[in-house]
Amino acid sequence: MALLEVEDLVVQFYTEDGVVRAVDGISYEIERGEHLALVGESGAGKTVTSLALLGLIEDPGEIVGGEIRFRGRNILECSDSELRSLRGNEIAMVFQDPETALNPVYSVGEQIAEAIRAHRDVTDEQARRRTVELLERVGVSDAEHRYADYPHEFSGGQQQRIVIAMALSCEPDLLICDEPTTALDVTVEAQILELLEELVEEFETAIQFVSHDLGVVAERCDRVLVVYAGQVVERASVDDLYYDPKHPYTVGLMASIPRLGADRDRLPTIPGAAPDLIDPPTGCRFHPRCPYAESCCATREPSLVDAETGTTATPLEAAPTAHLAACHEYTGALEDGLDYDVVVSGEDEGRGESE
Amino acid sequence: MTLATYVRKRVLVSIPVLLGVTALTFSLLHLTPGDPVDAVLGFQEVDPDVRESLKAEYNLDRPVWEQYLFWLRDALVLEFGRSPITGRDVGATIADRLPYTLVLGGAAWLCSLLIGIPAGVVAAVKRGEPADEVSRIAALAGIATPNFWLGLVLLFVFSVRLGWFRVIPPDAPLLSPATLRFLILPTITLGTASAALVARLLRSSMLRELNASYVRTARAKGLPERTVICKHVLRNSLIAVVTVAGLQLTLLVDGAVVVEQVFSWPGMGRLLVGAIGQRDLPTVQATVLVVAVSVVLANLLVDIAYAVLDPRIRDER
Amino acid sequence: MTRETRDRSTTDRGRIRIEGFDEAVAADRDDDAVDRWADGRTNDAETPSRGRFEDAWRRFRSNRTAVLGLAIIAALSVVAIFARPIAFSTAEYTITIQPFSLAPYDPAEMYVGPPNAGPSAAHPFGTDWAGRDLFSRVLVGGRFSLSIGVVAVALALVVGIPLGAIAGYFGGWIDELVMRVVDILYAFPFLVLAIAVVAVVGRGYWNIVAALALTGWIGYARLLRGEILSVKEREYVTAARVLGTPDRTIIARHVVPNAVAPVVVQATLNVGTVVLTAAALGFLGLGLEPSTAEWGSMLANSRDSIAAGHWHRTAFPGLAIFLFVMAINLVGDGINDALDPQGETAERRRR
Ligand code: SF4
Repeated sequence: MALLEVEDLVVQFYTEDGVVRAVDGISYEIERGEHLALVGESGAGKTVTSLALLGLIEDPGEIVGGEIRFRGRNILECSDSELRSLRGNEIAMVFQDPETALNPVYSVGEQIAEAIRAHRDVTDEQARRRTVELLERVGVSDAEHRYADYPHEFSGGQQQRIVIAMALSCEPDLLICDEPTTALDVTVEAQILELLEELVEEFETAIQFVSHDLGVVAERCDRVLVVYAGQVVERASVDDLYYDPKHPYTVGLMASIPRLGADRDRLPTIPGAAPDLIDPPTGCRFHPRCPYAESCCATREPSLVDAETGTTATPLEAAPTAHLAACHEYTGALEDGLDYDVVVSGEDEGRGESE
Repeated sequence: MTLATYVRKRVLVSIPVLLGVTALTFSLLHLTPGDPVDAVLGFQEVDPDVRESLKAEYNLDRPVWEQYLFWLRDALVLEFGRSPITGRDVGATIADRLPYTLVLGGAAWLCSLLIGIPAGVVAAVKRGEPADEVSRIAALAGIATPNFWLGLVLLFVFSVRLGWFRVIPPDAPLLSPATLRFLILPTITLGTASAALVARLLRSSMLRELNASYVRTARAKGLPERTVICKHVLRNSLIAVVTVAGLQLTLLVDGAVVVEQVFSWPGMGRLLVGAIGQRDLPTVQATVLVVAVSVVLANLLVDIAYAVLDPRIRDER
Repeated sequence: MTRETRDRSTTDRGRIRIEGFDEAVAADRDDDAVDRWADGRTNDAETPSRGRFEDAWRRFRSNRTAVLGLAIIAALSVVAIFARPIAFSTAEYTITIQPFSLAPYDPAEMYVGPPNAGPSAAHPFGTDWAGRDLFSRVLVGGRFSLSIGVVAVALALVVGIPLGAIAGYFGGWIDELVMRVVDILYAFPFLVLAIAVVAVVGRGYWNIVAALALTGWIGYARLLRGEILSVKEREYVTAARVLGTPDRTIIARHVVPNAVAPVVVQATLNVGTVVLTAAALGFLGLGLEPSTAEWGSMLANSRDSIAAGHWHRTAFPGLAIFLFVMAINLVGDGINDALDPQGETAERRRR
């Protein structure tokens, strides 16, 4: 049994303009100690999925379908107090913007110690000592003194270290990192990612790493889930995804990764904007933006299939390493096919689909 | 920036405001149509000789700016001269009356917090539910009720009809049980509008804070909802309430002016209204000055309290 | 998957390149469907302001209490206008502008009934000490109270908006000067300042209006200044400045219209406060002449009538004030919610 199994999760938000299906039938699993990435543009449903794992979907949002099984237990059926003992204790989260994630009016030490006290039977002094240890561990110098400092007295990178310390304070089995470095600059980003990697190694924590940047994901994840408009469009191991992306959206994302030494000075992006989730495009949701779209794409919705065999596959039943994609190409419905190459310099070998 | 530097800076900013406030109050005398000496005399007919000597006594024969400096110097030592109407020393009268207003205002302020804070929290947490709607309508009604009218209604029902309270204050010291018992109705009357203000403000600032990411962090830590609300959200929301404490003070002072009238409470408001009715300008001036300076000082304290409560503020300015 | 394989992908990542996708995108640009779809998005984004006010109006209309408030205000205004005929008379002519009369009696006529009589069929609100019909007086009283409120707020806006706009837009010493004046006036509680002004200029309709406007403008000036400071930094203002548009035009055309919404909300709510203050002045005997049929003035001396048990003399004028101010508050609240459904503006302002 996997540590976490998400099955057919559907989350809706009720807005004035209509019902937004932020997550529309996402399924995946995470093994113990595994590092899984959720990748997609903002608004694709990554963050909402993460919050759903903690039971933190709030009004006007609602989980309307599916199951989330953590160690076989359906989180959606847990009582409030069961959920509370899960949060921060077994599943913890590192948020996008550390500056707003910390409460400005309490000292950082108190905010970490508070989490420890909530889940462990400790005295205030023990919680304090553990907090100081954690602060030292994440690289806050002079932790003993800085315990009483307020969040605004730390730099962005240090704030994120504090948030990480908070998340790891009760040694969770699953750590959700929601764009943990988006608010930071590049050098700090590298340090934080390195720290995270060290720590999850040390604590043997599984990670769900949420990002819009395929580049960041590659270095520290085992498998990748590409999400578009609330649905999974591709699932593969990191290597398969990089050397052999199957879905045009993934290809577009890869084409827009900035690369050192690349022979281009402009960053190509996928044209068009993220789709309207109140009234999503018919057929393949990517078709208004897909350069390979054909007439069948606008009418028929492609289902997730094994890209090698073309047989329909559900993520939970297929082998964890199977390469799944949702594009008509793999059921043979496209006339012209997909036309791109993955070039790995130095090997002079092109792979990919071409007609 | 340390707290001390912040306080020093903030005090410096208050000084020009205080000067402006005193100058404006001082000019009341000169803006009144007619010869200022008539105002000092309470508009009574007197001997030309007496008139001239009074002019000299009050420095009214000097240039205006000199008069202002003299007046300011006297005001600093709470020396406001004698009232032309009662003949009593104005400073002494104020010293008699001020405690009454302070006690009334303090009681009403406490009352407003005791009612307003829970009402605001409940409204925010139960947003959109009946409790919120009831609290919203009650708060709007509290703000819309003329406080003198509310006082009159309470006076009629509980004092005149039911006889639970006296109609006028007892002839007893301010802090005696009889006087404090009498204070109940004025306190409720004065506290209602403030309570409504606190409740509405707290509701909206809590709703804003509830959307903040740190609330999500707190929930993600697995804290009980009660701790999330009462510890994390409330502390941040109360900062907004503190920032309007200055506004609340002016609301209380305004309210006290009429409520004291309704309940014949011998405070500063009653003194002011009485003095205006008798055209006793020195008393009017002194009363207005004391009120305005208190407001400026209170705002100063509020800003300092703000800086203590919200550690970010000190560094921001 | 093992650690090693992951590490391999790391080192190789810099050498992976996609070819064909961008070319396909470029070729695809001709595709009508995509273009139309993209156009739809941009058009939406370019007309936010009209949509915003339409949305606001829609939200306002669906707010039952706010619409109720609006109805009460309309009803009270209609009653005030049609309570007694309105006519201009000169020596020769009398021009009747409004011939209707909802009030059964002349509000100033004495002894139309016994003095201090309680409510009855003939006098639904009873009579006052001079035997005047209170029902008629309350109906007509709206004319004074409502017009004082509206006129004083309008005057305060006329003063406050330009001063706030100038202070906010130009900054520097002008800003300092205006804001110091505002700070100084803020030290005086609203009613105390109004009382002081009345003490100096005396009673009377226009004196009261002046006293209330004098104390009211500071709030608008301060609010507008704050809004302008945030609007000023936006792109369209910078763009206008770069194009050499005169400051006056920029303020009037670009800055004020975008900053004025919260000021309007504030002003609406303030009509209530101003009516309350005017009534308080009346109660204190510092408003209009005591015999005037104005809601506040009708309550002057009501402490004595209460003690004598004549509750109706206090109850009805007070209820009228309450009803009006409550209605204003409901409307103001509705506007607030409609313009700012999630409290976003407040959030922005705080930062
Ligand atoms: S199904 Fe069609 S539109 Fe969708 S990704 Fe495949 S080719 Fe593009």
